[in-house]
Amino acid sequence: MLEAYLSLFAKAVFVENIALAFFLGMCTYLAVSKRVSTAFGLGVAVVVVQTITVPLNNLVYRHLLKEEALGALGLGGVDLTFIGLISYIGVIAASVQILEMFLDKYVPSLYNALGIFLPLITVNCAILGGSLFMVERDYDFGESVVFGFGSGLGWALAIVALAGVREKLQYSNVPHGLRGLGITFMTVGLMAMAFMAFSGIQL
Amino acid sequence: MGKARDTLLGPIFDENPIALQILGICSALAVTTKMDTAVTMCLAVIFVTAMSNAAVSLIRNYIPTNIRIIVQMTIIASLVIIVDQFLRAYAFGISKQLSVFVGLIITNCIVMGRAEAFAMKESVGISFLDGVGNGLGYSLVLLVVAVLRELFGSGRLFGVEILALVNVGGWYVPNGLMLLPPSAFFIIGGFIWVLRSFKTEQVEEQD
Repeated sequence: MLEAYLSLFAKAVFVENIALAFFLGMCTYLAVSKRVSTAFGLGVAVVVVQTITVPLNNLVYRHLLKEEALGALGLGGVDLTFIGLISYIGVIAASVQILEMFLDKYVPSLYNALGIFLPLITVNCAILGGSLFMVERDYDFGESVVFGFGSGLGWALAIVALAGVREKLQYSNVPHGLRGLGITFMTVGLMAMAFMAFSGIQL
Repeated sequence: MGKARDTLLGPIFDENPIALQILGICSALAVTTKMDTAVTMCLAVIFVTAMSNAAVSLIRNYIPTNIRIIVQMTIIASLVIIVDQFLRAYAFGISKQLSVFVGLIITNCIVMGRAEAFAMKESVGISFLDGVGNGLGYSLVLLVVAVLRELFGSGRLFGVEILALVNVGGWYVPNGLMLLPPSAFFIIGGFIWVLRSFKTEQVEEQD
């Protein structure tokens, strides 16, 4: 049991890295990776939100939307999976909002550190993507907790690594038209190639 | 008429959402190994951006400012559900290949960004055109990447053989890297380089 969870975790962090293998959350990934400190803040926020929303959406999917889920209420044949998308994004938006209010009241230091990143996260594809992968692969509740945490951590690792590279890149002489966005794409490509070294690993 | 033309054609080269504003790259890269998935994705995004822009613009005077994000999100999510159900009904194979990426149009920053930045201020017709234009700008990048990846990665376009592969008696050795995720980044990086060599005002300052 524990072994299965561990291998799922390693797979979510390295082999199927949500940023570098599935390109999720690319907009923020490229826009907020200029400095290591801000990248780290955003990374932490993604890990927290991902660990909360993937299991929550798992519960929503398995106990409300899935066919036969409402059997106890006498609605056995009702298959609500088609409104899945709107429910997941609703759950994500709501939990981000609640998390924001909670942190503001009880952990103001963390709230100030995460600052503007929390509201941004609602529209981060990595978060919705995590939930959609969870549904597609039919994880149970325990697996969804592990997958949520692992994929969030993988994304955080990737953005901190990219920010480190970009801080160093400021000192190099990049061809004119490649400056800024262009060279960032090339860097991410090279990083994705490096991460592919994990892809053959069987756990 | 001048304004309508600018709104429609401006986003294709001058203000390309992917190359200049870093919007909507999330889904742009994963669906480009084959032309048919890329074309489906383009049509889906053009439909969603245009319709959501029109819908948001239509009710822009009635949306309370502090809940506008939720309202926009609901409109966009409903449109994406329509696209998703349509694909499942009429193009099940492609819908399976696109897997989660149809759903991810919801969080595609182009859709949200245009609704917020353009449709909240402008009238219905012009917002609709802006949506189509930005969808086309996105499609341009997607199609360029998909053509290069499918042609050099598997020697085909739309699944039709163009370059005869070595293992079926032809001459072309397929470049396996093109089918893997990193190639998409290199191609988009190169695309931006080419675009900015012609449009030098888009070059960024060294930061």
